[in-house]
This record gives sequence, C-alpha cells and structure tokens, in this order.
Amino acid sequence: MTHNHSAPPLVEITGLCKWFGDFSALYDINLSVATGEKVVVCGPSGSGKSTMIRCINQLEQHQAGTIMVAGREVTPGMKKIEEVRRDVGMVFQSFNLFPHMTVVDNLTIGPIRNMGMPRAEATERAMQQLERVKIAEQAHKYPPQLSGGQQQRVAIARSLCLKPKIMLFDEPTSALDPEMIAGVLDVMIELAEEGMTMICVTHEMGFARRVADRIVFMDMGEIVEVAEPEIFFNSPQTDRAKLFLSQILGH
Amino acid sequence: MDRNSPPPPAAKKPLKAVDYFLYALVAGFIFYAIYRVNDVLVYHWNWSRVFGFVIRFDEETQSWVSNLLLQGLATTIRLAVWSTIFATLVGVVMGYWRTCENLTLRIISRCYVELIRNIPPVVFIFIFYFFVASQIFPAMCIDNISSKDPLVNNPVFTFMFGDPKLLSNFLAGMICLSLFEGAYITEIVRAGIQSTPKGQWEAARAIGLSHLNVLRDVILPQAIRKILPPLAGQFITLIKDSAIISLISIQELTFVATEVAATTTRVFETWILVGAIYFVLCYSFAVLFAHLEKLARRSHR
Repeated sequence: MTHNHSAPPLVEITGLCKWFGDFSALYDINLSVATGEKVVVCGPSGSGKSTMIRCINQLEQHQAGTIMVAGREVTPGMKKIEEVRRDVGMVFQSFNLFPHMTVVDNLTIGPIRNMGMPRAEATERAMQQLERVKIAEQAHKYPPQLSGGQQQRVAIARSLCLKPKIMLFDEPTSALDPEMIAGVLDVMIELAEEGMTMICVTHEMGFARRVADRIVFMDMGEIVEVAEPEIFFNSPQTDRAKLFLSQILGH
Repeated sequence: MDRNSPPPPAAKKPLKAVDYFLYALVAGFIFYAIYRVNDVLVYHWNWSRVFGFVIRFDEETQSWVSNLLLQGLATTIRLAVWSTIFATLVGVVMGYWRTCENLTLRIISRCYVELIRNIPPVVFIFIFYFFVASQIFPAMCIDNISSKDPLVNNPVFTFMFGDPKLLSNFLAGMICLSLFEGAYITEIVRAGIQSTPKGQWEAARAIGLSHLNVLRDVILPQAIRKILPPLAGQFITLIKDSAIISLISIQELTFVATEVAATTTRVFETWILVGAIYFVLCYSFAVLFAHLEKLARRSHR
C-alpha cells in the first residue's frame, strides 16, 4: 500500500446517516480514503453502496454525519458545491452522456461552464482525454452512435476533463455487454496505475483483486467489513461477507 | 436463393370492396347535402357579395383596398403571433416552476394551471375582460394613450398592433389568449422537462454545472425536441381559440364574419369562406411545424 499517513485523507466520511422516507439507507458510515488509494465497495444490491458514494458529490443529501472532500466539508444545500464537484469525477452505470451533443462537446461543457475555460483550450484538453481512453477517432460522433463500452469510456474521459482529485465509479460495467467490459476495465486499471484516487462500486472481482488497496463490504446500509483484497476474498471475517462471496463466486 | 439477391418485392395492398363502399358513402353524403341546399332550401349562392368584404374597389382613390374580412384576418394573425410569443414565455417559466424544488413556485404554477384548465375558456375570458381588464388597464394608463400620439400613430405600430384606437381592446384579447393557452403550454413544458431522464441531471450536476446551466445546456435542448409536436398542436389550437376572443368585441376574423353574415344575409358563403381562411392558416402552420420537426430529428439523428 502506498498511503501517505501524514497527509490528511482526501475523503473522510464520519457517522454518515441517510434515510429515504422512513427507510434507513445508510447508518453510521465511517470511511477515509487517502490520496492515491483505490477502494472497491461491494455488497448485495440495496446495501447502500451507490447511495454512499453519491453522498460524496451530493447527488444524494445526507441527514447526519460529516463528509470532508479535499479539506472542505460537504453539506446538503451548500453554496459552492460546484467547486467540490470539480474535484470529484463520477462515472455512472448508465453512462448518462448528453445525447444531443457530440462526444467532444460532452467533454468540453464541464470545463467551459465550471471553470470558464476558453473553448479552444477545453477542446484541446478533451482530445487529450479521448486519446487516453483510446477513442479520439469518435470525437465528432453523437453518443447514441457509439457502443456501450465506447460510451462508458467517453463518460470516464468527460469526468477526467475537470482534472478531478478523486474518481467515483458507480457500477461502471454493469450495463455493458460482456465483450465490452474489458475495454472499460483496462481504462480504469490504467487510471489506477497512474495514481488516481478511486472509489469503485463494482462486482468485477478480478479488477478488485488487481487494483484495490482495500475492499469495503457493505450490507443493509452499514459497512460490515474492510480488508485488503487477498484477505477479504480468501478469509472473510463475517458471515454476511462469506454468504455474499459464496453467492457471487460460487458457480 | 443466394445471399446477394434482392429481397422479394413487398406485397401490394389493393383496395377492397369495403374501401369503394366507403368512398361511395362519402360522395353520396356530399351530393345529398348539395341537393338539400340547392333544391330543397332553394338557396341562391352569391359569392361576389361576400368576396366584396374581403377586398373592395375604392371609387375615391381608384384602387383596391382591404375590407372587413381581410382586416379581421390581419387582427387574428396579430393576435395569434403575439399570443404565441407571450403564451410560450408564460408556459416556459411556469413549466419550469412546476418542476422546481421551491414549494412557493410550485404552488403558484400549479394554481395557475388548474384554475385555467378547469373553467371554460368563455367564462375565463368574460371574468378577465370585465373584472381585470376594465380595472387594471385604466390603472396602467393604457386607456390614456392618445391615438394621435406619434408613438402609436405610425405605420410600424399599426402593422404590429393594429388600429391605435383599439389598442386596449387588442391588448385585453391578447393577454386573455396568452394566459389561457399558456396554461396548456405550461403542462407541455413540464412534461418535456420531466421526460428527460434523471441521469442527465445527475451527470450534468456531477461535472459541476450549475442548476441553470444544466437546464439551458442539457435539459431544455432535449426537452424541446420532445415537446415540438405537442407544442405545434397547441399553437394551432391557439389560432383556432382566438375565435372565442370575438365575444369581447375584438374585431378579429370571427367577429367581423358575424357582422358580414348579418349585413349580407349570406350565411353559408360567409362562414364557408371564413372556415376556408382558418383552414389555410392553420394547415400551413401544421406543414411548417412538420417540416421543423423533421429538421430537428435529423440534427438529433
């Protein structure tokens, strides 16, 4: 592991609680992620994995607890949330590209609107990021013309255009056809090797073993177990983690 | 059959006996109607009398000038154009408010829509005209604008708003129509905004766009493509609904038509002609919108 323990964590979540109506979706979540660390979050569906990472950039508003991102507290309804989101990239399960804009426009809109960057500079940066995800030749197509895997790589590039300090991945490969998954994972692995801080909600256990510094296992809105990948996969400590692993690896 | 051979031709669908029967039925009905009017009612068609109210030859100036019906059509078009603009403004703002998180804005827009959609247009127009227009316009000093004022008494103003002497009348009609149609446009805009998937909002917010930017760059461009067909329908409805405004003595096409029908006693000719004018007006807009829609779809692919 490459944590620098003297530096403050990039993301620090303490005592996070979240309810949907009366349903307790997250309860007393404590998690801190150091700069350069890669965390994979797994757990059964409905366990609050997505909700947790969506609280970090306030796509979901939490009701209790604190979230610190790069030294700033993130609060529901805060004024300068756009500045926090500049530091936090997010990739969604369903890509969510803007279908009425070309690929390159999808990438430039963030820097232009959020940072007031001139279009020429934004386009240059967009092309660099498209090279990085190996899709530069599609720059002037529209998202619906691309395959799912290509769209997801564009979505990764779109987030990278803001030069975020941390990337959040919300099941990035779950909506893809099997033959498209490898291309997206390759990009994510490359990103990890370049030292990007990442929190990934994913069921790709091969990916988790390869890049994760820690696995966070969640169930019923709580963090049940946190361990290094080899320890987690080989000797899970809790019954719930054992059951989960037997279900996803069992056949 | 080898792979490169062309596909077999599509089967032709010949007209069946039932189709011919239906054509015959429609033709029979038309002939019967003509027979009733001509032979039973012994109606003497006299189109020239009515056409004289479209354009007439002025003996004094020795030139053709527009007459009542054409002037009425001009008023209808002015009403429709201005009302479309204002109804769209009202509709977009209210439609956006309908989707806002702010409760006050939601209550205001919801009340507006429900109030207007649940009373008959005629009733709304009477209430608006007799209670609101007669009180608010004098307070705004619109009635005090002299028709001789060079601000209003010039060709550009007349072209855009019609006779300055009827200005407050025209404004009352226009605002009535705008508010009335705006309620329907509000619902169309709301549906358009809400039909854009939630993921679009989330992705746009996640790359640091402000609420207003998300709306302008991501949501509205997609919503507009979706709402263009119902919006076009509503604009055409607006033209047709402008006929109701005749009830408050705005001298648009329907109002002058009642006058022409009364003076000439040529009821059939007048209303058939007026119907044809409305049809041409509305249908040309329908064709225009269909064309715009095709363009929008092509740019979206």
